[in-house]
Amino acid sequence: MMLDILAEPFFQRALLAGLAVALVAGPIGCFIVWRRMAYFGETLAHAGLLGAGLGLLFNVNIAVGAVVVAMILALVLIALKRQQQLAVDTILGILSHTALALGIVVIGLVTGAVTGHLDILFGDVLTVSTRDVWTIWGVAALSMLVLAVLWRNMIAISVHEDLARAEGINVQRAELLFTLLIAFVTAISMKIVGLLLITALTVIPAAAARRMVTTPEGMALASIVLAAIAVVAGLMMSAIWGTVAGPSIVLSAGLLFILTLPLGRRS
Amino acid sequence: MLKVNNALIASHDVSLKIGGRLILDNVNLAVRPGEIVTIIGPNGAGKSTLVKVLLSLVSMTSGKVEMKPDLRVGYVPQRFPVVPNVPLDVRRLMTLTLQANNEDILAALMETGVGHLMQARVADLSGGELQRVLLARALLRKPELLVLDEPVQAVDFHGEMKLYELISAIRKSRGCGILMVSHDLHMVMAESDHVICLNGHVCCEGGPTAVQKDPEFAKLFGPTAARMIAAYTHHHDHDHESHGHHEHHHGHDHKHGHS
Repeated sequence: MMLDILAEPFFQRALLAGLAVALVAGPIGCFIVWRRMAYFGETLAHAGLLGAGLGLLFNVNIAVGAVVVAMILALVLIALKRQQQLAVDTILGILSHTALALGIVVIGLVTGAVTGHLDILFGDVLTVSTRDVWTIWGVAALSMLVLAVLWRNMIAISVHEDLARAEGINVQRAELLFTLLIAFVTAISMKIVGLLLITALTVIPAAAARRMVTTPEGMALASIVLAAIAVVAGLMMSAIWGTVAGPSIVLSAGLLFILTLPLGRRS
Repeated sequence: MLKVNNALIASHDVSLKIGGRLILDNVNLAVRPGEIVTIIGPNGAGKSTLVKVLLSLVSMTSGKVEMKPDLRVGYVPQRFPVVPNVPLDVRRLMTLTLQANNEDILAALMETGVGHLMQARVADLSGGELQRVLLARALLRKPELLVLDEPVQAVDFHGEMKLYELISAIRKSRGCGILMVSHDLHMVMAESDHVICLNGHVCCEGGPTAVQKDPEFAKLFGPTAARMIAAYTHHHDHDHESHGHHEHHHGHDHKHGHS
């Protein structure tokens, strides 16, 4: 039976880990969509690759390396946003691809061949250990806690940043914390969908949810559900047809986006 | 102590330089309770930037901004996305950064003539409705100072006139100070106590009639504009006699609204 796979411990671990990522990716994806930060998220993910490479080089946990380098890059970006010479997306384009290139070069130098570490790029969810699952859920729970604290203020900032600031909201603190959340998601999804595809898992469910809802909370909830469906569908796809798991999850999200297109029509 | 007597907010020689370009050049202004101060000037004159400096949203290069301690400010920013990314209804938009009960929210919305829109989706509002909701949102904070950056944008001519009448009525009923930015010369003149012509620096300022006659004003906007405003002010004064009637009219004016 096809469903026998559900009884396999490795598959159950993959499901548990994937669902933790969906839980966090949903609401964070909403803010990325609301604030038009998709490229920013992508840049942090690429910085995560460089962090993973440096982690391998210095024998540190690659997820920790990813969070640290992503945060450093985020601080550099926030500082660079203040200058007026280059447009923000140009800066993102430079940093994003420089970090990606440097990350691949570092991994290649450390391990002799990049091909041995494709899992960092595309995920390897079917090999997550019990310990990985615990770590991922721990980081996910912490992220949800930070998100709950930030929620109201981040919505005000997403609607109108200047207005929120004029009404006394500490925009800078909220943005820094939110950046940290993106770095967290990047780190825990590295094993699941990989650094090249993490932005897709945050942005696609949120974009699909946008059309179905009338409140910010509704959109966050719908994003979580859609991301969770994508995780389950992607893993089933991988188990049944032997496709690569991470890209299968993202592909499922993309299919869901298309399938839910008609739901958006309002009278 | 505020240097300017009784002022809610005052700027002293505020200057802002960005990349060697002088955006604001020694700007002085003050807004007192119950007073409408209007900043006019061509595009790129630094009007919105000045407002942002006053609200501490942009930091200045030199100068000083003084504020009455614990001043309650209601702000309606210039650029508000007509179709916002975040799915929201009006009630939620009103309470983004403060808690308020339904009666207070409804009262504020009624004051600007959009009480019926409380449950409406922000994305469904027309330009004029959105401006009224944003104005109500600012009023909900019980402001001592209202800062309105281009309050009539995306509003048709008729709606524009009504909005200015509403702003004037709010000043009378609430006695708050109002700092308003406009690039549109016709309307602002009649209701303003003090007009500041800005083009980086303050070109000229004074009462509306005095400003119109100022040669600097004619230099900035051209003599034709100056004559047109004079004509409008005259017309507007006549219109004023029916003001009460107009206000009454607001409540029944929303057949074009929502289903």
